[in-house]
Parts: sequence; C-alpha cells; structure tokens
Amino acid sequence: MQISPQSSAGKDLPARQAVMALLARAGIDELQAALERLSPVPAATDLRPAESGLVMVRARTGGDGASFNLGEASVARAAVRLEGGAEGFGYRLGRDIAAARAAAILDALWQDPAYRASVEMALGPVRGRLAEEAGLVRAETAATKVEFFTLVRGED
Amino acid sequence: MYVAAKGGERAIRNAHALLAKRRRGNRALPALTLDQIAQQLSLAVDRVMAEGSLYDVELASLSVKQARGDLIEAIFLIRAFRTTLPRFGASQPVDTAAMLVRRRVSATYKDLPGGQLLGPTFDYTHRLLDTSLVGDIGAPTAEIGGAEPADMPRVTDLLGEEGLIESAPADDGAEPFDITRAPVTFPVDRPTRLQTLARGDEGYLLALGYSTQRGYARSHPFVGEIRVGDVEVKLFVEELGFEVSLGTVQVTECQMVNQFKGSAEVPPQFTRGYGLVFGQSERKAMAMALVERALRWKELGEEPGAPAQDEEFVLSHCDNVQATGFVEHLKLPHYVDFQAELDLVRRMRAEHEAELKEAAE
Repeated sequence: MQISPQSSAGKDLPARQAVMALLARAGIDELQAALERLSPVPAATDLRPAESGLVMVRARTGGDGASFNLGEASVARAAVRLEGGAEGFGYRLGRDIAAARAAAILDALWQDPAYRASVEMALGPVRGRLAEEAGLVRAETAATKVEFFTLVRGED
Repeated sequence: MYVAAKGGERAIRNAHALLAKRRRGNRALPALTLDQIAQQLSLAVDRVMAEGSLYDVELASLSVKQARGDLIEAIFLIRAFRTTLPRFGASQPVDTAAMLVRRRVSATYKDLPGGQLLGPTFDYTHRLLDTSLVGDIGAPTAEIGGAEPADMPRVTDLLGEEGLIESAPADDGAEPFDITRAPVTFPVDRPTRLQTLARGDEGYLLALGYSTQRGYARSHPFVGEIRVGDVEVKLFVEELGFEVSLGTVQVTECQMVNQFKGSAEVPPQFTRGYGLVFGQSERKAMAMALVERALRWKELGEEPGAPAQDEEFVLSHCDNVQATGFVEHLKLPHYVDFQAELDLVRRMRAEHEAELKEAAE
C-alpha cells in the first residue's frame, strides 16, 4: 500500500520528532500503560502491517568526514490510522512490532490537539526513566574520572 | 566438485538431537536466559553484533546461546538471519561527538576538555583470577561522581583547530559503497575499507595491527582518543518527509594519531587512522584504526611492502564468516574429488615405476 508523504505542520515538527524519539525508547509495557491511561482511544487500522526490517547505520570517516556504512540494525515499524483521526507512525530499533504499533497509535493521538497534552502527560514516566538512566550513566562514569596530580621534585 | 549423495539422513537427525542435548548440558542446572547472556556476557554479545554486522542485542544473545558460546558460529547465524529481513533505508551518519560517553581516554593529552573517564575497564586490573566470582557476588555498587562536563570535543578536533593534523575526508554527499549490496572490486575507496574492517574478524585485525607496530608498515601510532558510549540513530523516513530518532546503539570509536607527513602543498602534520565498532570493543577499534591507517600508504606516499598494506589481501580475508565457510567446507564429503586424485596418483606411480625399470635395463 502506498502511503503519501505527510506535509507535517512546520511548527509542530520538532515537538512531534521529540515525542516519536520518546516513543522509540519506551518499552512495550510503558506504551501499553500510556494507552491505558488514555483509554478509551479510537480504533486503529493498519495502513501497512507492522513489520521488522533493517536500517544500515552510517557513520563518518574520522567521526566528522565522509560517510561509510558501519553495519545494520534491526528496526520495527508500524503505520496506523485512527478512526476519524490522524495517521500515526512508529519506528524503533529492535524487532518489537507490537511496541512499534502502540507507538504509532500514540503518535496519531498526539497529533490530535484534544489528546496532545494527555499523551505528553502519559509519557511522563518514560521521560523520567530515560533521564534517570542517562543521569546514572553520567554520574557513574564521572566517578571514574582521573584526577592527575603532579609530583614536585625537591631539587631547589 | 560437489555431487549429490544420498544417505546419512538419520545420522544427521540424530547428530542434531545430540547437539541439542549437549548444548543444554546438565539438566539439573537452570537454562541460561537471553537476558543473562546479554547482561553478564555482554562483550561476547557485542562482538557478535560487530562482526555479524547487525545491531540487535536479543538476537545476538540468542545466537551465542544457540552456538554454545562459539562466537564465529554465532556471527554466522546473525549474518544468515539478516538476509531474511527487508532493508528500510540507511540512517543519517551517527554523531560520535554527541555520544552519551561511558568511557573516554586519551594517550596524547593528560588534561583534555571533558577529562579522562576510565569507565568500566579491565585496564589496571591485575589479571588475577577473582575467586569471589565463583559464587554469586550479590549486587556490587558503583560510586557516583560529580557533575559531568557537558562538552567532550574529539581530540582530533583539538589538533585540527591548530592545523596540526590532517582533516577527515570531506563529505561530498555521495552514497557510500555498500559491500552487502554489490561485489567488491579492487582497489576500493576508504568508506568501503571502513565498512569491511568494521565487520572484520577481531583476531585477524589484531594480528595485522600488531604487525604494523612490530615494523611491518610502522606508523608511530598514538591513541588520540578512545570513546565508548551510546549514539543516536536517526532515519529520514520518506513516507513522513522528516527525520525520526530510532533509539541509540553503543559503539566504540578509536582515533589513532599517526606519524606526520608534509608535502609541497601541506606543512608537516599528523595523519589519522579510524576505528569504529558496534558495542564495547577497544581492542577491535584500535586494531581497525591501525590497519585502516596502514592501508592508506598510497594516498600518503609511503613505501608499500608490508602485509597490512596489501588492500586486496587484508580485505579479502578479514571476514570470518567467509573464512570459516571456506576452511570448514573441507570437512564435507569430497569423495569424488579424492577418488579422482587417488586414480591420478596411482597412474603416476605406475608410470614412475615403469620409467625406473626402463632406466635399469
């Protein structure tokens, strides 16, 4: 099935990208919990069956130069339409197509101004968990920072 | 020569059943879970993802379990699996400068911005077997440190600001060659080398990298920087018309700073070798950077002659799935080939004896 490219409203785009990034990092349990909090939600039909596949991950020579193919990563994706509502998409690393579909439903709900605030609120715990995990990595890594000291030679 | 042969079906079936039994081992012990493998044998899982050239922790853990810990067999399983999936596209190049850093060290600058962060390293351990690990050590805790500096510029950027190191080749916007999509013909460009090396066998690259240190294409390497951490993967999704963040993958990056080179156009400056690998694998990233630098001899006007500089040799033999396939196929039935050779040797011997006899007469 052909899905026409969406002309996303420009001013909402960064916010939608941020919520899609959050959805991509949420576990299936977290996504289902968010959907439950929002229930009842309109029925969703698949624009395309949820599926898993690959994305070639690219990097740059020297970190900042010409690009090269580093290796592939598995990716799950889903596309849905809500009854009387928007089209939603889920793209995430891994092969959890149920999570991709739940993310697509939440993406579609988010585009509805009536739901947007409550979707953001329902995803609050995910945002909190991710910030906490990244903060812990930073703090634990910071504890392994080398503090050099210079040995003074007593020659004069 | 391969010929169809019948027979052995029952033996094969039973051998596979026996394999399953041996893999499980003593049934009085609990079976390993994939989470246990992913969490407690994570560097084995990382190696499988790097050389299997597929980032998927769960699948790599499964392959390690299925292969009974034989990592090349596990890599083979991953490579076979990837052929069953469609490709959705190629990501935007990951930005290693924006990494969530888990470890970062430099051998060239003591006081580099952002500091030296040892992270979870084997370095400075005494390599004494730790008998406390014989049992369950409970839940070790880690210290929490002070505030993390926001910015961690790459060492090569610091040197680059002063023009003391060559800059990375500019991105001309061209699609990089993909060795999984098209046959490789030599000579190849640098992106092709990097892709090939990134999935190359760690042991093979380690030996070649080591050879450059021992004088076979010496390049006076310094570890400008090694960083390990999480980078974001972003995909431009055609059907949406914008970029979507898919999550993060862990990578190890090595910036090798090598001996200088100047010419009529360029004043003397350091040169670079680059290593980037999925997962936490400094040994592989460092070896890759050494070999990558050695392969650049022509571009840098150096003398050829060392094994690590031979592009076709290095790249054609670094894939352990291809290598193991060709080496291990020797144990499969070659009855007909061998019969033909046996006949040939018998005939040669008969002729040889006849010649000796003739000479004696």
